[in-house]
Amino acid sequence: MAPSVAKAYGMVAEFDTAADILHAAQKVRDAAFTRWDVFTPFPVHGMDGAMGIRNSRVGWFSFLGGATGYTGGMLMIWYMNAHDYPIVIGGKPMFSPFYPFIPCFELTILLGAFGAVLGMLFLNRLPRLHHPLLKNRRFAQATRDKFYVVIECDDPEYKEAETRTLLEGAGSKHIEIVEE
Amino acid sequence: MNDAVGTAPGTLPPPGHALTRTAIQVPAPPPELERIPLIANQRSPGWITDKIAGIVEGKTPAWWWWAFIPSVGLLLLMVAMLSYLISTGVGVWGLNHPVMWGWAIVNFVWWIGIGHAGTLISAILFLLRQRWRTSINRAAEAMTIFAVMCAGIYPLVHIGRVWYGWWLFPLPNSNSIWPQFRSPLMWDVFAVSTYFTVSVLFWYVGLVPDLAILRDRAKTKARQFIYGLFALGWTGSNRHWSNYEKAYLILAGLATPLVLSVHSTVSMDFSVSQLPGWHTTIFPPYFVAGAIYSGFGMVLTLIVPLRKLLHLEEIITMRHIDLMCKVTLATGSIVGYSYLMEYFIAWYSGDPYERWTFWQRIFGQYWYGGWAMLLFNATVPQLFWFKKVRRSMIAVFVISILANVGMWFERFMIVVGSLYQDFVPANWGYYKPTWVDVCTYLGTFGLFFTCFLLFLRFLPLIATAEVKGVTPQADPHHPLGGARRKGTVPHGS
Repeated sequence: MAPSVAKAYGMVAEFDTAADILHAAQKVRDAAFTRWDVFTPFPVHGMDGAMGIRNSRVGWFSFLGGATGYTGGMLMIWYMNAHDYPIVIGGKPMFSPFYPFIPCFELTILLGAFGAVLGMLFLNRLPRLHHPLLKNRRFAQATRDKFYVVIECDDPEYKEAETRTLLEGAGSKHIEIVEE
Repeated sequence: MNDAVGTAPGTLPPPGHALTRTAIQVPAPPPELERIPLIANQRSPGWITDKIAGIVEGKTPAWWWWAFIPSVGLLLLMVAMLSYLISTGVGVWGLNHPVMWGWAIVNFVWWIGIGHAGTLISAILFLLRQRWRTSINRAAEAMTIFAVMCAGIYPLVHIGRVWYGWWLFPLPNSNSIWPQFRSPLMWDVFAVSTYFTVSVLFWYVGLVPDLAILRDRAKTKARQFIYGLFALGWTGSNRHWSNYEKAYLILAGLATPLVLSVHSTVSMDFSVSQLPGWHTTIFPPYFVAGAIYSGFGMVLTLIVPLRKLLHLEEIITMRHIDLMCKVTLATGSIVGYSYLMEYFIAWYSGDPYERWTFWQRIFGQYWYGGWAMLLFNATVPQLFWFKKVRRSMIAVFVISILANVGMWFERFMIVVGSLYQDFVPANWGYYKPTWVDVCTYLGTFGLFFTCFLLFLRFLPLIATAEVKGVTPQADPHHPLGGARRKGTVPHGS
């Protein structure tokens, strides 16, 4: 690496196989790093455990959306057909929980789906149209068939020489430092 | 574990190494139990990426233009027909008393039914862990979206005065009256619009990692910018994948009851009425099975030529075609059973009007429609019991088209067959479509194929990241995924 004036973002280590990246992630996790990540072209089975990531919280966003959809739908139909402008149809009650069920069910699905997608984007801090790693030409292979461990320089455990040794010990054949 | 040190990928540790001593040796299963791999020839993730992205990046093939130009022509025909209808009135269609629901509703139900296979493949097969779905789900979901677009045109224009279309939305009209939610037509509005929105959402979420592939491979600034914009800054981070996979699972879990509800709700437009042939409790499951049957017909109609034209035989293998044929067979059989049940109940009910309607379906003025549905939906798919038929691409292609011909006639018989002869013979009439009906229907094919061909040209038609994820190379416990020896790689944590 040529020395440069730009601030370093992190150390990028490239791996060739899914098994290698899984082991490397376990090593980095056990070395108590906190600001680090693994980049893979597809989700690698067992990686969440290897990285020590807890169960995703997307479900809560979806639940909130779904609950909003169902209650919102019921309230909307009660307001429209039973409260604001009631019309007698076939002598049936102005409101019952049955006839609005289908629209409310559909609204549950609709807002639940939006909750899941927007919750996922929020938790991932996406959309993000600029990322230091995306400037790196070699890193572009992360969407093809290469696997990367990235340890950020801001990590309290980060010490350039030791971190490099750790990643080399994990089997990486190519390590470089990416600038901010 | 120090197994990563000093061993090149794919080689075994030396004898006497800690791993060789502790390894539990599991004998390989006999060859007849080995599954046919999902991706032929052990193609690597890199190869798969190049292959699929190459379709979008490469030169436009000549056949694409040969398909695209007529499609745009038909699309313009549709625009012309709709303009004619809106400027003249709904009377340019063959609708008249007593058949006030003609081809418009037939085609609406037909198109929306076709969409159902895409969601079945993307959501239900995902929940059932059918990993073969990855090779076909993207194209099938695209088909869903475009089919629902074609379907959505009909309810909007068949109301006659389209400028009152907003009465379908939960807004008060000029007399401050709200839409009536006791009506199944309102349920349908919510079901179809939710279905379209969630299908687009599901499709787009699946596309994000693949758009990132195209962004990272882009040769021009414009491509990099546009694909990059829609890829939302996806990097492949595992912290992102973790949330992404959860969101995808939830979407699949939501889309599954959704897809079952959509055609059920469409069927309630009919079954809530009092008409013989419509007023029946079998309709929701019967409509859903028919929808999935016709949808798989359309998926096969599209996939069989595509895998040949785009040389995708290694990604969409014979096994995929075989499995899709089996789903078609299963759903076709459910449809056949439903037909038997309908006729049985018509007889068993003892209701003379019900009996008359079903008698008229096969021996009435539209006898050809009744026999077409019995033949193409209940009988022809039974050929898929034979492996020879499932292996013959020509046979599969022809049967897949017949499935949709049959399903079109089924909807025609349900809509027109029940309306043209109701309770009072003085009300009876005969319905036939006008040239505007026919041209509008042909025009919707223009819309469908224009959208589908543009999708093929600009977006990856196979879910690349997902397909890579089902290869043995993606499995850290498989030798091709870099595992030193089967069963010796420590799991997660």
